[in-house]
Amino acid sequence: MLNIKCPYCGDRSQKEFAYGGDGTIIRPKLNQEISDEEWDNFVYLRKSPRGKHIELWHHIAGCRQWFKVERDTTTHEIFRTFKPEE
Amino acid sequence: MQKYSVFSLVKNAFSNHEKWDLAWKDPTPKKEYDVVIIGGGGHGLATAYYLAKEHQITNVAVIEKGWIGGGNIGRNTTIIRSNFMYDDNARFNEFGMNLWRNMSQELNFNVMFSPRGIINLAHSDAQMNAYARRGNSMRLNGIDAVLLNREEVKKIIPMADFSEDVRYPIFGGLAQPSAGTARHDAVAWGYARQADSMGVDIIQNCEVTGFDIEAGKITGLRTSRGDIKVKKIGLCVAGSTNVLAEKLNMTLPIETHLLQACVSEPVKPVLDGVVTFGAGHFYISQSDKGEMVMGGDLDGYNSYAQKGNLPTIQHVLTGGVALFPFLSRLKMLRTWGGIMDMSMDGSPIIDKTHIDGLYLNCGWCYGGFKSVPSSGWTFAHTIAQDRVHELNEGFSLNRFSKGYLLDEKGLGTKTWIS
Repeated sequence: MLNIKCPYCGDRSQKEFAYGGDGTIIRPKLNQEISDEEWDNFVYLRKSPRGKHIELWHHIAGCRQWFKVERDTTTHEIFRTFKPEE
Repeated sequence: MQKYSVFSLVKNAFSNHEKWDLAWKDPTPKKEYDVVIIGGGGHGLATAYYLAKEHQITNVAVIEKGWIGGGNIGRNTTIIRSNFMYDDNARFNEFGMNLWRNMSQELNFNVMFSPRGIINLAHSDAQMNAYARRGNSMRLNGIDAVLLNREEVKKIIPMADFSEDVRYPIFGGLAQPSAGTARHDAVAWGYARQADSMGVDIIQNCEVTGFDIEAGKITGLRTSRGDIKVKKIGLCVAGSTNVLAEKLNMTLPIETHLLQACVSEPVKPVLDGVVTFGAGHFYISQSDKGEMVMGGDLDGYNSYAQKGNLPTIQHVLTGGVALFPFLSRLKMLRTWGGIMDMSMDGSPIIDKTHIDGLYLNCGWCYGGFKSVPSSGWTFAHTIAQDRVHELNEGFSLNRFSKGYLLDEKGLGTKTWIS
């Protein structure tokens, strides 16, 4: 089981969290012309690397805050957790 | 190639079974091939077989980093079905059902295909309506579908929990009687043996380290066992698709996730088909040895680990025990995991790419095993003819940007949403 350190609450069991996918994806800016290619990139295309991966997690059964985790996708080692704006 | 039959069995018994031919050779890679298939799993081996058989292309190599049959073809829960609603999925998989039915004869290898049927259980009126619709769509595509009510389901699986106070009562189910199971590694071995006999080189312990691309065209392949010149490459690497895509500077609508399965200790025959729980993600069948074979949810976060975490097994089996209370008294023999190439709409991709001579076969999500023959057949066609077959034209790579999704069950990488 993963042990995830929520930046707001500290170490908690994986059971308290929900996964939010790739944390490096940036939404296209609001109220602007967005090409099909940009939408495709944002909605569907993912690098899904083997190794270090920055991802979003949601402390859904805790403080309900979203935050980012840097984790190895092969060993599941968590290198750091940080707030989305960091 | 030595033909397997009762006569060859008797003949070899006299020499204590010490003189059987090797099922396939162990060649060193040649300097040049017409086609190289990367990935010696079910899909890759089937593709090589149909390239040789249907298109007479035999200067082919299958390159496998590990050993053949060591990936998802040896890790799945062996379910074969074509109970799909959308035309593209239904036609493709029903075409595969016909290949499954003749596979043991065609490959001269007993793959133990056993059409024992599948039932998807429904637990609400709404779900019954949805299944009626799916069943009707299946019938329009010539696939057998039977809508069962509660009493009919009870006759088939009396050991399920049919009590009144259960959280998710069984309302009925949708059955596909012609669905079934097969022995998964025999499928890999059968295809490998026949492909090898037609001249395909099966090269194990050979890792792809890079690609040579000149003016947008594939010219070669770099591997841990030397460089290979090649005209066409087919990628069939399931969970490792993103790793090779990175070497090709491609970003795909695929995430790699981990799926676990488990088997219990063997027990006497209790369940003769495949049953899926409609109120959670859980499916179960009983192997010929008597083990209950079970699986369910993804671990839920990107993973290349090939081994899973306990919370998911616990969660899946909670659903299992809710459906079949007797499971709580069984000991688990083992659990294992495989890495899935989860596409964004839950349907596969079999297509050409923007690189000339590079063909892509991926996105099989939870259900790659049943599609081994149909995927191999259509992928071989796509590679040999340099154009997609009508059976796989819906599985295009650009369907995401064009908006033609094949969201059969709304299950993509974000399974937690549904």
